[in-house]
Amino acid sequence: MRDASPAKTYALHIGVIALLFALNLVLPDYHQSLFARIMALAVFAMGYNLLFGYVGLLSLGHAMFFSAGLYGAGLTVYHLGWGVPEAFVAGVACGALLALVIGLLALRTSGVAFMIVTMMFAQVFYLLILYFAAWTGGDQGLVIQQASRVIAIGGASFDLTDPTVRYMSALALFSIILLVTLAVVRSRFGRVLVAIRENEERTKMLGYNTVANKLAAVVAAGAICAASGAAYALLFGYVGSGFASVQYSILPLLWVLLGGAATTLGPLIGTLFMYYVTDITSGFTSAYLLIVGVALILLVLFFPKGILGSIRERWLRWLP
Amino acid sequence: MTPLLTTKGLSRHFGGLRAVDGVDFTLMPGEIRAIIGPNGAGKTTFVSLLSGRIRPSSGMVVFDGADITAMPAYKRVRLGVAYTFQITSVFANLTAFDNVALPVQRTLTDGRTKGQVRSGVMAALERTGLADRGGTLAGQLSYGHQRLLEVAMGLALKPRLLILDEPTQGLADSEIDNFIMLVREIARDATVLLIEHNMPVVMQLADRITVFNSGKILAEGTPGEIRANAEVQDAYLGATHG
Ligand SMILES: Nc1ncnc2c1ncn2[C@@H]1O[C@H](COP(=O)(O)OP(=O)(O)OP(=O)(O)O)[C@@H](O)[C@H]1O
Ligand SMILES: [Mg+2]
Repeated sequence: MRDASPAKTYALHIGVIALLFALNLVLPDYHQSLFARIMALAVFAMGYNLLFGYVGLLSLGHAMFFSAGLYGAGLTVYHLGWGVPEAFVAGVACGALLALVIGLLALRTSGVAFMIVTMMFAQVFYLLILYFAAWTGGDQGLVIQQASRVIAIGGASFDLTDPTVRYMSALALFSIILLVTLAVVRSRFGRVLVAIRENEERTKMLGYNTVANKLAAVVAAGAICAASGAAYALLFGYVGSGFASVQYSILPLLWVLLGGAATTLGPLIGTLFMYYVTDITSGFTSAYLLIVGVALILLVLFFPKGILGSIRERWLRWLP
Repeated sequence: MTPLLTTKGLSRHFGGLRAVDGVDFTLMPGEIRAIIGPNGAGKTTFVSLLSGRIRPSSGMVVFDGADITAMPAYKRVRLGVAYTFQITSVFANLTAFDNVALPVQRTLTDGRTKGQVRSGVMAALERTGLADRGGTLAGQLSYGHQRLLEVAMGLALKPRLLILDEPTQGLADSEIDNFIMLVREIARDATVLLIEHNMPVVMQLADRITVFNSGKILAEGTPGEIRANAEVQDAYLGATHG
């Protein structure tokens, strides 16, 4: 798991970021926009992966952390007229706080019970959004106007509705979270998380407070998922209850499984793959979900550890 | 000299079964103590109560003068109580290096040791003769090496009390000789509590022996005294070697 020379690992991650930077220059408009969306959502997948991949905690409720960020940012802009940076921070803070509360409650359980408890909490969160439709816009959602989505820094101003600004903002967030994830999984804390996944009882008997470590991971993952949600609201100008539905709890699981659980770059690859398979197939048939399903089944059959997980297992043992 | 560890009336019941039944036990610093007794005598349950893996039904555990009865296991480890599992419990999907890195970084975080994770890991692997296996996944090590890895992990915790639950089970004779030397070396700076079925190992290593039967202490004494004890002969030695 741990490479003696981390240079190769860092070079790979910087290379991926550089590639995404360069793609901005060559991608046609449609794909540029799609990539911005994919990068923002890959952050969601990375947060989920921290918990599911590295700690081995399977949650079915992470839509609530994504939408805590989405609404935390969206509603402060919409109702309170906050600026973009403050709204983003508010979104992340909402997600972290919610994760702390949910973590304290849900970590009393494990395994299937944990899946069910997280799903229940997410459902409560979803219903609350519908219940407070006067503020949240209910299932219609709210559109955040272009005027509210401009960042003024010093004399310069950045309009998040501009495709290039949007792409670069999504890339900036993606890059930061990717490097943070890499640093975390290579850290002592990351080693403890993996140990908990592999054998929690043994980890305790090596002097680790496993509950506290799991709680820290739940909060970190919640904050990352919320950052994704907050960015999504601000970059694409829409918040809606659909993002809090069960579907958005299942999606990050699929992205991570596809790309490779417990790999740093797997979440990006999974999100990218799924978006393009859906995009391409929906172009020529209305039964595209069927094709997506078949593609998923084939992948799981032939690459049970996901795309990057299988590559790591067979060829590149040093991948983090 | 104050004892390193004492228990008073320590009991653990499973339903109606008294696995450990009112045990008063004293362990002095620096000794190698062996616990012997027939299968199901309550040896593993007893040491699990010491390490905090399971909670007692009644009684108390005192370590270095402090009542630790209610202390969770992970805190006892930080105080210096290390436990190696009877059933090998290494991290099979992690390398031997990473297995040992976990206890090493624990003692570094607690400020009980100084230096680098890498040098601490290599020191523990070298002491157990696993230095050239650092990169191997623990699950792919031979059984004997996995047992040694358990000991390396225990060692790396820099314990004041190292509890070994049947460490030689499944080892080849050649490996057992090395193991005896290793325990002697460990005992230079730690107290060792050793559950062991292999009587030659017990006789060579132990300063004192405690015999368990049906959750109670049946006898306690030097290896010579235990060998001469008729009751022990009946309960245990005769039964397994007769
Ligand atoms: N978690 C448990 N639940 C119920 N009964 C248990 C549990 N753990 C141990 N026991 C019972 O308690 C008794 C003592 O078990 P223990 O494992 O402590 O014995 P032992 O002396 O270590 O035996 P061995 O030499 O076989 O390892 C046994 O009868 C066992 O079946
Ligand atoms: Mg036992």
